[in-house]
Amino acid sequence: MAEKLNQKQNFLKGIIKDNPVFVMLLGMCPTLGVTSSAFNGLGMGIATLFVLLMSNIVVSLIKSQIPAKVRIPAFIIIIASFVTIVEMVLEAYIPFLFEQLGIFIPLIVVNCLILGRAEAFASKNNLISSIIDALGMGIGFTIALTLLGAAREILGSGSIFDLRFVSEDANTMILFILPPGAFIALAYLTLAFNRISTKTS
Amino acid sequence: MEYIIILIAAVFVNNIVLSQFLGICPFLGVSNKVSTSVGMSGAVLFVMTIATLATYLLHEFVLVPSGMDYLRTITFILVIASLVQMVEIILKKVSPALYQALGVFLPLITTNCAVLGVAILALGLENGSLLKAVFFAIANSIGFALALIVFASIREHLELANIPKGMKGVPINLLVAGLLSLAFLGFTGLV
Repeated sequence: MAEKLNQKQNFLKGIIKDNPVFVMLLGMCPTLGVTSSAFNGLGMGIATLFVLLMSNIVVSLIKSQIPAKVRIPAFIIIIASFVTIVEMVLEAYIPFLFEQLGIFIPLIVVNCLILGRAEAFASKNNLISSIIDALGMGIGFTIALTLLGAAREILGSGSIFDLRFVSEDANTMILFILPPGAFIALAYLTLAFNRISTKTS
Repeated sequence: MEYIIILIAAVFVNNIVLSQFLGICPFLGVSNKVSTSVGMSGAVLFVMTIATLATYLLHEFVLVPSGMDYLRTITFILVIASLVQMVEIILKKVSPALYQALGVFLPLITTNCAVLGVAILALGLENGSLLKAVFFAIANSIGFALALIVFASIREHLELANIPKGMKGVPINLLVAGLLSLAFLGFTGLV
């Protein structure tokens, strides 16, 4: 029973207490770079979730085989292999998303969230905990990106997931889909997140 | 002329940090003092130039002829990681003074996405050549330095400002970055 409870906490910490974007500030480049719409944010979140999950699984399975001195390069190769898979799959099946995410797909390799979880968690814990950790962190990251993308899309283009709710010639705050809007929207979202999480705890 | 356009585009119009969102981690992480941000900028200039030189050659003479372009991401990150390690060892031996100045920043650069990002972007330049790719890397690291140093000097002033409690720390830094990015947006259409 105690173990079950721990796993639940393990899962939830990635979403709220240690949220990778709002609390730990990991993976900021894709967070700011691709979130001009909710769909892009969701796509990037799921791609990162997949790489994170697979790399956590592999690292956790072969952790005893990797010599401590070369563990970082070894982790990077494992991560880069899965990123290459994601790159090829997206290019073949979802070319639209591939175009939109552009340079940020190969850059999943240097997303500090993934290397951070491999080093800090998967290399020290068993398979099941590592999977749950990856799911928690990945879902926390996806939620953050989708929220930011949705906020920017609503303010900047008056739509959400490409569904427009204002008329064609309405004036929207275009600033929010331009680069400065990413910083400003994230600033206020972080503020709101901190406020809510300190109130609840 | 073409090179001047690359320089202006990389430094002002498409600033690597403020409009392309590469290298945000060091931008937010090591920008609390002007002196550290100067050190970081120097290290990035150094590594980005050498890394782009190496990856461009690797891509042109190994990956493309052997039809293994799909291995780009894996090979580039490995080359960058080992290059950083090598630069660190050589600097320590050859120029201890420079090592003192840049040393602590070097390990951080492996996971600086600006380095990998510029190496990949340099492959997509129009009428690309080795010289152009290297120049592109230098121009982008100047852009990185400009953004980082300006941001660090604003943050030094923020220390003394009276900020609402909830805005302290991350939110105010992001807002400042947003305003800085807005200022750079004014360069749109320059080239």
